[in-house]
Amino acid sequence: MKVIHYINQFYAQIGGEDKADHPFEVRKQAVGPGLMLQSLLPDDCRIEATLVCGDNLAAEWPDELEKRIAQALKECGAELLIAGPAFNAGRYGLACGIACKAAYSLGIPAVTGLYEENPGVALYRQFGFILPTESNARSMKETLERISAFAGRLQRGEDILDPEKCGYLVRGLRKNVWTEHIGARRAVNMALDKVHGRSFKTELPMIAFSRVPPSPPLEDLSKANVALVTTCGPVPLGNPDRLEAHAATKWKIYQVEDFGGPALKDVDIAHGGYSPTYAERNGNRVFPVDAMLELEAQGVIGHFHRDLYVTVGNSMPVSRAEQFGAEIARSLKDGGVDAAILTSA
Amino acid sequence: MVHLCTIVPISKSVGANRIYPGVAIPYPTGDPALSEAEEKKMRLEMLKEAVSMLAEPVESRGGAAETELAE
Repeated sequence: MKVIHYINQFYAQIGGEDKADHPFEVRKQAVGPGLMLQSLLPDDCRIEATLVCGDNLAAEWPDELEKRIAQALKECGAELLIAGPAFNAGRYGLACGIACKAAYSLGIPAVTGLYEENPGVALYRQFGFILPTESNARSMKETLERISAFAGRLQRGEDILDPEKCGYLVRGLRKNVWTEHIGARRAVNMALDKVHGRSFKTELPMIAFSRVPPSPPLEDLSKANVALVTTCGPVPLGNPDRLEAHAATKWKIYQVEDFGGPALKDVDIAHGGYSPTYAERNGNRVFPVDAMLELEAQGVIGHFHRDLYVTVGNSMPVSRAEQFGAEIARSLKDGGVDAAILTSA
Repeated sequence: MVHLCTIVPISKSVGANRIYPGVAIPYPTGDPALSEAEEKKMRLEMLKEAVSMLAEPVESRGGAAETELAE
């Protein structure tokens, strides 16, 4: 079985955030985690090529990456795509999802490993078998073992229809299969179990949508008090509050003066998930304070709220993000703010 | 709230209703390729558009995984 493996610039040992713009390339061999993967795969599964792309390019140009991957899969005669695993790395998780989508479009099965809260899961779960992982790469070996075992099941043509039994996340695909009883009987049995307070399992769980009712538009922007909030992690020099580089446990309020004035020259970037080079030269590149002050001066907005809200969004658990969101919204309301701009890297 | 961000699909998947796409991941509201003055002007124009979205009505929309594929 011809296996193609997708990894990012970090796992290809090209570099970290400074190389996140590394262009897409195809290497005709196993690379990085692919070496261990090859040793774990069944004997007749061979990694024919490794596809590598920088995380920023992948996240910023998803359609282009999908095309390039599809082309490479065709050229290599791929029979199985394995991506990552990417654990809770957001952009890498998206890239793995994009790779699965490219394979799906060609009818090639795809397997990856992602942490359940990785944004790649919600966006690409239909396109591949996503094995749930820990949030970090400490579990690399165990994850590769599971991926390899799953690849073996696919190769042997085993029944892999039940996500729970087979250890992958529900894909939301419909497939016609034969069952012992017809649907009417199964439904009645389920209803009886429910009435009698017995446990039962639905065959079609409802998809949970993240719906947020949109706030009504401002009546008059030129009278509104507008705040700035960011998950990009700009902090005063030396990071006095020790805002964490990932999975941050706090949000902070700073003043323009804490950053040495509107030019935002005295800025450190606490966020550990993107290259800080550009924003540390000018914090406005992630936190547009100068533009907001100018919009106030021009009368476009009524007032620019001087409390600046900062946290780090990198690898933040969704439950904590929701909590921070509610707390920050409460604080903004208490401060008489009418609306806000939220910037994210 | 307007979410000014670079990876728009993630913003959509968590249900953001007003999204303004940023320039690039390490500089959503900047562009190191421009001169300082040009960059500042670009940022002002960007934020002018972004704040104007605060005064526009929007319809509710769902998050990710709305489509269901048949296989």
